[in-house]
Amino acid sequence: MGLKPKHQRLVLLSLALVAIICAGLLATVALRDQASYFYVPADIAADPPEAGRAIRLGGMVEHGSIATQEDGVTVQFVVQDGEARVPVTYTGILPDLFVEGSGVVADGSMNASGTFVADNLLARHDENYMPRELEGMTTEQIREEVQETVE
Amino acid sequence: MIAEIGLAALWLAAALAVLQLLGGFIGARREDAQLVALVRPAAILQALLCMTAFGALLWVFAITDLSVKLVASNSHSLKPMIFKLSGAWGNHEGSMLLWVTVMAMAGGLIANVERRLPERTMMATLSAQAFVALGFFAFLLLSSNPFERLDPAPVEGNGLNPLLQDIGLAFHPPTLYIGYVGLSVAFSFAVGALLTRNVTPDFAKVMRPWVLGAWVFLTVGIVAGSYWAYYELGWGGWWFWDPVENASLMPWLAATALLHSVSVLAARDALRTWTIMLGVVAFSMSMLGTFLVRSGILTSVHAFAVDPERGSFILGLLILYIGGALVIFALRANTIAEGKRFALLSREGALVVNNVGLSAILGIVLLGTLYPLLTEAFNVRVSVGPPYFNPVSAVFFLPMLVVLMVGPLLRWRKDSFTRIRLPVMIAVVAALAALLLAWLLSDIGILPLLGLALAAGVAIASVMPLRGRNLRRLPLPVWGMCIAHFGIAVALFGMASDTAFQQERLVAARPGQTVEVGPWNATLAAVSPVAGPNWTAMQGDLLVSYRGAEPVPAQPQSRSFWTPVMETSEVALVTRWNGQLYVAIGNQADDGRWQLRLWWKPFVTFIWYGGLLIALGGVLSLLGRVTGDVRRRTATRRIAARRAEEAAL
Repeated sequence: MGLKPKHQRLVLLSLALVAIICAGLLATVALRDQASYFYVPADIAADPPEAGRAIRLGGMVEHGSIATQEDGVTVQFVVQDGEARVPVTYTGILPDLFVEGSGVVADGSMNASGTFVADNLLARHDENYMPRELEGMTTEQIREEVQETVE
Repeated sequence: MIAEIGLAALWLAAALAVLQLLGGFIGARREDAQLVALVRPAAILQALLCMTAFGALLWVFAITDLSVKLVASNSHSLKPMIFKLSGAWGNHEGSMLLWVTVMAMAGGLIANVERRLPERTMMATLSAQAFVALGFFAFLLLSSNPFERLDPAPVEGNGLNPLLQDIGLAFHPPTLYIGYVGLSVAFSFAVGALLTRNVTPDFAKVMRPWVLGAWVFLTVGIVAGSYWAYYELGWGGWWFWDPVENASLMPWLAATALLHSVSVLAARDALRTWTIMLGVVAFSMSMLGTFLVRSGILTSVHAFAVDPERGSFILGLLILYIGGALVIFALRANTIAEGKRFALLSREGALVVNNVGLSAILGIVLLGTLYPLLTEAFNVRVSVGPPYFNPVSAVFFLPMLVVLMVGPLLRWRKDSFTRIRLPVMIAVVAALAALLLAWLLSDIGILPLLGLALAAGVAIASVMPLRGRNLRRLPLPVWGMCIAHFGIAVALFGMASDTAFQQERLVAARPGQTVEVGPWNATLAAVSPVAGPNWTAMQGDLLVSYRGAEPVPAQPQSRSFWTPVMETSEVALVTRWNGQLYVAIGNQADDGRWQLRLWWKPFVTFIWYGGLLIALGGVLSLLGRVTGDVRRRTATRRIAARRAEEAAL
């Protein structure tokens, strides 16, 4: 290539710059979506996400709400945060730490009838994990608990 | 007594690190030969003392000495011996001691064998190394003494997290640590070279084996970690973009870039400042990773032994080292003369593109990992997951694979497209054929489709540099490059196949019932309780048959540990050459049926085989470099001896 060394450095440098700027822009755009990726039931009540969009729902499993369906592998329960409740269905093996009153985070999406369909349930795998009781927790505490459960 | 010996050895080692720091720095400044002569022995002795301290820790864990606080809180007398020993580093204090020990051993090794660098650069490097080590010594001795006693001693220990009681995970952290510490050595070399303005190809040749070694260990560590998550967490996934996984991926990306740029510097004397910069960045990423994992500032499914206060200590060290290195870099970078020039279409040019791409991916992962922290400062809680990482990193990763097909075929300095047209055409045709075939025969997403096509292209392209060459006389590093690049193709093929073609069945089954998944038939014979050394489990006994062949047993368990109380899922894996059957057992329904989850994962094992091939490539290159160095050194010595003889005559 008939480029002078100085120009060639410039070309390489601008190539690198363009790549980094592209990465930055892409990342920023994609991250802005993530800001509305994590929901607690109160968020869903206030501003329901459109059906079918991938979101993450966090909250506490309501006492007495877990019910297994006839097929033996589909579970229905209610996730709540003290302000609102969201019915959830999940087809799969429940994580070991999934119990009533525990924090849970679910990946999935809302369906047309307002039920959250979970593809994946996450419970914390940690030596210090203690299922805390829900009673007396404020919404803020629930958010914290849920956030601790898994990111 | 043993614990006290360990602590004393640690203090002595720290004192020697002070001597190494001051001796190397002041001695080299004042050209004080006596002081300089102390530095290498100090480094070697320090390594021996650290090994003594670590040995003492292993000992108290082996005999379950519960009067040592660390043992009492992380071990239990009933645990199998191997996990008693791995418990020594499966916690915060122990892993920090392991870090310091590996670092001191690396320092001792450099001091003992490395004679090629100018003495001033060597002294500056050893000083920098001691400076980094001192931070960790201070950390251990002042805030996390692993040998602290507990009075009175408890009757029994707390036990080790069951998830860590796994042979894979027992050796996973040390592997990653050796990688991290190897990068600290590369960092010290970079700082040493900056301080003495000695960034030359010779310097790069000295630094290269350390980068290669660190990179091999990081690669193996990541592969092992991925396989562990795959079989231990019971979700059937092999990469979660979890902060802790990212913490090991980021240094790996930086090390991969460094590995390639240091080769350019060694072979062609170009990319001088860039290589130094990457040396600093790579170690920054391992420090950042340690900080993220240890501080618990980002919650993670695999964050073990977390303590926020200690996190801030590591953050302090991170700022000190990286800030310091960047200041030196800013002051000295302009005094490093530019290296040799090259055309855009050349091996160097391709490697620059590789470096830019890896840096961009590193930036993307870094941003995504830290983003929740940034928004939390503004009280907005977000979580960043696969919907961000997968597409955004793929945008850079896929084009880099195209460059990977071309780069290794190019000549240094300057090349032309016409010369490499044939091999490139062959690779491109292979990629297009794979694309067409996958598109016609199946209905899969765009990313796995591109993945399959590029896997085929890269696989063909990676062996092209062997074309027309005498294979027996080919240098090991060339073999290493080809195998590592071929490994990328293999891993990519595994990832794309698993994503595109996996089949899943989820049922509640009664004993005697048969379930079909993909080409497999699985019959649940019975579910019965079994007991291990420190757990009990419900075990499913299945007979699984691949395409009607002779059935083999598969025994997934749902385990309950009692110290500490915890349940884990032990999946059953049945491996065939073309994939794996993954079986997990869940709860029992009220009517007596058992939940079973079965996955047929075509070619999933290729992900880890590919990872191991990549590491093998690194090992071969390292072997080639080291034996080359030794051969050269003996030759130089022989020539020097002959000259001395002639002079004497």
